[in-house]
Order: sequence, then C-alpha cells, then structure tokens
Amino acid sequence: MRSIATAPRRRRRSREARGRALAGLLFVAPAVIILGVFLFLPILTAGWVSVSDWNGKGSPLQPGVEFVGTANYASFLTEEGLAQKDFGTSIRNNLYYVLVSVPLVTAIALALALMVNKSRRGNGVFRTAFYFPSVTSSVALTVIFLFLFNSTGVVNEILSLINVEGPTWMADPRGIFHLALEGLGIPKPAPGAGFEFWGVSWWDWLSGPSVAMTVFILMAALAASGTFMLIFLAGLQQISDEIEEAAIIDGTTRWQRFRYVTLPMLRPTLFTVLTLCMIGSWQVFDQIYTGSQGNPAKTTLTPAYLSYEWSFKSSDWGQGAAVSFILFAIILLFTLLQRWGLRERTSDRSGRLRAARTQKGDPSEDH
Amino acid sequence: MRRTTRFAMAAVAGLSTVSLLAACAGGGTADNADAGGSLQVLFGTSGEAETAALEAAAEAWSEESGIEVTVTPATDLAQELAQGFATGEPADIFYVSPEQITALVDAGNLYPYADELESADDFYPELREAYTKDGVFYAAPKDVGALALAINLDLWEAAGLTDADIPTTWDELSTVAAKLSTNGVSGLTLSPDLARVGPFMLQAGGWVFNDAQTEATADSTANVDALEYVQGLLNDGSATLTTDLGVGWSGEAFGKQASAMVIEGPWLEGAMAADYPEVDYRVVELPAGPDGAASMFFTNAWGIAAESKNTDAAVDFVEFLTTPEQQMEFARAFGPIPARISAADAYRSEFPDTVAYLDGIEGSKTYPTIAGFSEVMADMNAQLFELKTADIPSLLGSVQKNLEALTK
Repeated sequence: MRSIATAPRRRRRSREARGRALAGLLFVAPAVIILGVFLFLPILTAGWVSVSDWNGKGSPLQPGVEFVGTANYASFLTEEGLAQKDFGTSIRNNLYYVLVSVPLVTAIALALALMVNKSRRGNGVFRTAFYFPSVTSSVALTVIFLFLFNSTGVVNEILSLINVEGPTWMADPRGIFHLALEGLGIPKPAPGAGFEFWGVSWWDWLSGPSVAMTVFILMAALAASGTFMLIFLAGLQQISDEIEEAAIIDGTTRWQRFRYVTLPMLRPTLFTVLTLCMIGSWQVFDQIYTGSQGNPAKTTLTPAYLSYEWSFKSSDWGQGAAVSFILFAIILLFTLLQRWGLRERTSDRSGRLRAARTQKGDPSEDH
Repeated sequence: MRRTTRFAMAAVAGLSTVSLLAACAGGGTADNADAGGSLQVLFGTSGEAETAALEAAAEAWSEESGIEVTVTPATDLAQELAQGFATGEPADIFYVSPEQITALVDAGNLYPYADELESADDFYPELREAYTKDGVFYAAPKDVGALALAINLDLWEAAGLTDADIPTTWDELSTVAAKLSTNGVSGLTLSPDLARVGPFMLQAGGWVFNDAQTEATADSTANVDALEYVQGLLNDGSATLTTDLGVGWSGEAFGKQASAMVIEGPWLEGAMAADYPEVDYRVVELPAGPDGAASMFFTNAWGIAAESKNTDAAVDFVEFLTTPEQQMEFARAFGPIPARISAADAYRSEFPDTVAYLDGIEGSKTYPTIAGFSEVMADMNAQLFELKTADIPSLLGSVQKNLEALTK
C-alpha cells in the first residue's frame, strides 16, 4: 500500500515523520541527559580512576594524574599482602551472605506471596505488614537489630528463659560452620598451616558466615522479602484460575499443583527476583556502614564497604574504584550463571510440552 | 492544531533540559569572590559543648580580626574532608590526627605552618614529633591526653582495697583485678584494640616499630610478654573484653558499674559527667611494666589546607586557638588537655583530679605515622577479637609481616 502512495503524500508523510522523530528526541533528551550526566559519566570517571594514580586532590581528569594500567587491580588481585587479604576476606564474607540470603529471601518471599495471593479476609493487612520492613530505612532496621542482638539484648533474654546462653552476636567473629564443628568436638587446626587463597586460609574460607554476619542475613530475610513478595504476587496474579482448575480436575494434589503448574509458570518472575536479590546482596553496604564497619574481626567486611574504606579512609582511590569494578564483574558472572541455571531445558518432556504451549501463544509466557 | 500542541510540548521539554543543565553548571562559581575575608573550619565534634566552645572562640577572634569564621561540625570528617580536597575547595582549617599526616602530606593537602609559629617549641616534644614528617612540623597540636587507669571507688572499697593498693606494677594490677572480679563485675575491661594493649607493649619495652619507623619490631619478645600478660588476665577472669560484655567501649561498662577498672583517656570525663554522673571514681597513672612506666597518648591538631585561599588568616586563627589561655578555655568547656607546656601548671592547679592523663604523656607514644599503618592496625585489631584464645607469637608474626611490607 505504501509503495503506491503518491509522491507529494510521501513527502508530507516523511516530513511529518521527521517532525515526530524530532519531538521524540526532545522528549527523551531530559532522560538521556540525566542518565548521561549522573550515571554514565560517573561510571566512566570511576573507570578512569581505577586505572589512574589519582590521590583525591582536585579533579581526576586534571593533568598530572597518570595512567598506571592495571596496577590498582594487581595491588589486591595478584600481590600478596594486607590488601589482598582484606579483599579475599570481603569476598568470602559476601559470598556466604549471597549464598545464604538469596535462597532464604526468595523462599520466604515466595511463601509469603502464596499465602496472601488468594483474596481472603484480612489479607490486605498481612500484605501491608509483610511489605512494611521494605519501606523502612535500612539504617533504622540496623539500629533496631543492634539492640535486639546485643549480648544483653532481647534475643538473649528470651534465650536465657529456656536456659540457653546466647552468643555475643554482633561481637562474635566465629564462623557458624566452625561453631558446628566445635560442637561436634572437632577443634580449629593450628594456624599458619596449609592452603591459602587471596590471603585467607582454607579454614577461614570454609568456616561459614560469622555469627555477626548471620544477624545481617536474618535482617535481609526480614527487610528484603517484602519487596520480592510483591514481585511474586504480581507473577501469581498473572496465572489464571482456569489453569489451576484444570489441574484440580486432573486430580493433582496441592503440592503437585505448586511444583508442576505454579512454579514453572513463575520461572520468569523467579529469575527476576533471584537476580535482583543477588545484585542487592553483593552490594550490601548501608547495614555494614551503620551496624558494624566490618567488625568483628573483619567478618562483615564486604567489597562495597572495602571500596568505601580504601577510598575515603586510606585515600587509595584507584584501589577503591578497582574493587567496585571487580564487584561489577562478579555480579555479571553470577547473573549469567543464574540465567544458565534457570534456562529452559528443551531436552526433557515437560520442556517440549512447554515449547508446544508457547507456540500456541500461551499468555502467561509473555514476560 | 495537533501539531502546534506537540511542538509546544517539545519546546517545553527542551527548555526544561536547558534550565536543568544551567542549574548543573551554576554551582561553584559564585562563592569565591569573598574568600579573602572568611574562613571555614571543619571538625569532628564530641558533642554540643565542643561545638559551642569552638563557636565562641571563632566569634571572639572574628571580632578582633574582622575575618568571618564559619565552624561546621562534620558527621563524617574523613569523608567530608575528602570531598573538599576533590573539589579543590576544602575547609581552610580542620582537625587532623597523627595517623592521617602521611597521607595528607603525600597528597599535598597540608599547608606546613607550625614551624613558623612563635610557640612552636612550647608544644610537648612527643606531639611535635607526631605531626612532623620529613623534618617539617605540619600542624599545631590542639590537645593531648594519655591513657590512664580509672577506678570505681565504691567497688574498690567493697573489695576491701585502700589507697595503698593502687597498682603500680603488673603484679599488683593482676592482684587488684582478681579481687575486684566478683559478683559479675569485671575487674578490668579492655577493648580488643592496639590502643589498649599498646601501653602494655610499651611497658614491657616493646612496640610495633623502632623510633625511626624504619624497622618493624612487632614480633619482639617484649611484645609477646605483654600480650601474654593481658591474655592471662583475660583467661583467669580478672579482665574482660568489651566485646564479651556487649558494650561499645569500656567507658560504657565503667559507667554501668559492670567494670571496676578501665584504661581510658580524657574523653572518659565528658562521657561520665553526661551519662553516668552518679559513679564515684578516680583516675591514676597506668601501672609500670618490666621496662618501666609508659602509656599511649592521643591527640588532634589544627590542619590547614594547602588549597586554602586565606592561609595567613588561617595561621593567625590557629595561633589564637593554641594560646595557653584559649586551650584552658577549651579544657573548662569540654575537657581536652592543653598541648602547650606553658599551660600545664594552670591545668594541674585547676584540674587536680585528671592530671593522670597529662602525667602519662612523658615517654609515651601514639600511632606510628608511616603510610598504610591504619590498615595494618585494623587487621591487628581484628585478630585481637580472639585475644583470649589466640596464639600470641603467630598473631604478632602476622602483624610483623604486614608491617615489614610497609617499610619496604
């Protein structure tokens, strides 16, 4: 139809299209400029700082700031020493934080979403209650947790009622696996012996999150699960009742319906939640800054906090920026791993069925 | 019609972008015009009393000199200073401590003025040394205070102890700490920190560096003896770490009367008066170790930014702030001990109860100024969390390794 349009009409139309494009550009310009000035430029500057010898005085772009190649990265990735040990420790701490808190938060969020999904009386109250910690400032939450988990705080008071002597929580640097082994009568091996990676001994790599870090993990479970509950809830609302009814007619149990109907249909939502949660967990900072500053014994030191410390406390701006780029790489890697782990497996039977259903244009796959 | 509306909307969108950009570009140009007549002071405050005292001093000097002074208490001094240096417009005057000197000097951020002060020789030599790098005395000390032993008098008497029992040696300290450790009270409370085990290292004749800071000496036998002595106190129940008591610092345990003795500096006075006025205590010098008496001192100084547009006025103001009279004024207002030798007699006669913080300075040390020491200390403190069970030689060995990396 377009090909047979007359010449003047085409010209008018193209003029109109140009005008429209111009208007479009003008409309997106504020967003593009804001993103450019406040997002891309800072990232590029940080990238430059991470390969320069800027010492924090004046602009990093001024003459006199030299390019030093990968020296800032090498200072903690390949050179043995305190910086490497701190970096290794922070990665270990955060890895445990991610490995424990991501599945925990996701499971709790999903459970909460399933509970408040169906419209029952009073569900609005619960939805609000579960979501409430998410809108509370993490600083306020941290302070409350510090009080709760003080060695003479509420938690230990309650534990003492059942004759359990609680740990000192935020002051206890021992890993929880280490404590479990100690409970079984296996002592900590003599220091200085054996394998070390990034300045951290194998024992420290394997001893698990410290008691203090566990408190932060519990806090994440409380604070973050509300947000992700909301995302799951949105996903669940997309699944039409007919599908569940069909499954009921097929004679499925509750568990089967959850495992073989609801969960597969939530896969895109699950990926979103896992990714967002994982990114947030690798970037954990405000709790550490307000709550522990990396203490006790550096067991709550995280790469994000380390970056802050190296930059602002030690004026090692290049090293601080370099850590944040390593953190970026780690997050990217983990996201790819998750994508791979949650990919559609077309080889198995349910996958083929799913593929067939998608071809027919199942609306629930439209994420 | 429709097209005009669209155009109008596009124009509005475009305009708002322009104004936004203008707003971004606007900052930072206007405020330099009157820089010749004003000074900015940035400091980390201990509370309202300190802020008010500094404001009063600024006002008094402004009236005299005609130069306006703005004093700003920082919530995070290190971070706000760093931002100032990065933008090229730092505060003219700011608090600086010895462990920051090296990084600030290396970055060219400090204006060296203290040698030119008339009163340069009237500061305690230990303090001059702490603020000197490569032979240049950078910043005029503001205050000083050595660690001393604070004793809760009620608990002391309840344990049947008298003035004659005040410990002057390690053995006596062990004895009284054991006697005081009853009924859930900790005899002596320490934070797991170089700043609390350091005095014991010095009393044993050890330290982390030699005097010239050219050679790490952390793994010396004197240091091992010192830490093993403290470990012994912890293990036989005479002493407790703050982390095991669930308090933020030992002053809190002292105020709550959960600890009969603590090792603290002059800042203890303000905290006790504000939060625990009912506690009856006295402050004495730390007991001497095998190598004699020693303590650690802590201090702040007035740093002047190299980038300051008004260094002459800044030096004048600092000179005013460090006169013996003004330092005594601060001592009355919020307790810091004057850093001027000529103010010592006035301090002694006016504050006889707290002279232990002043007497302890002689022969004591503060943190080394070598670059990178803060990180090594943070790592050492992290290990001290487990001082009770730690293998002391290997703990000090790892500190030694880290320190040796600094001297290379």
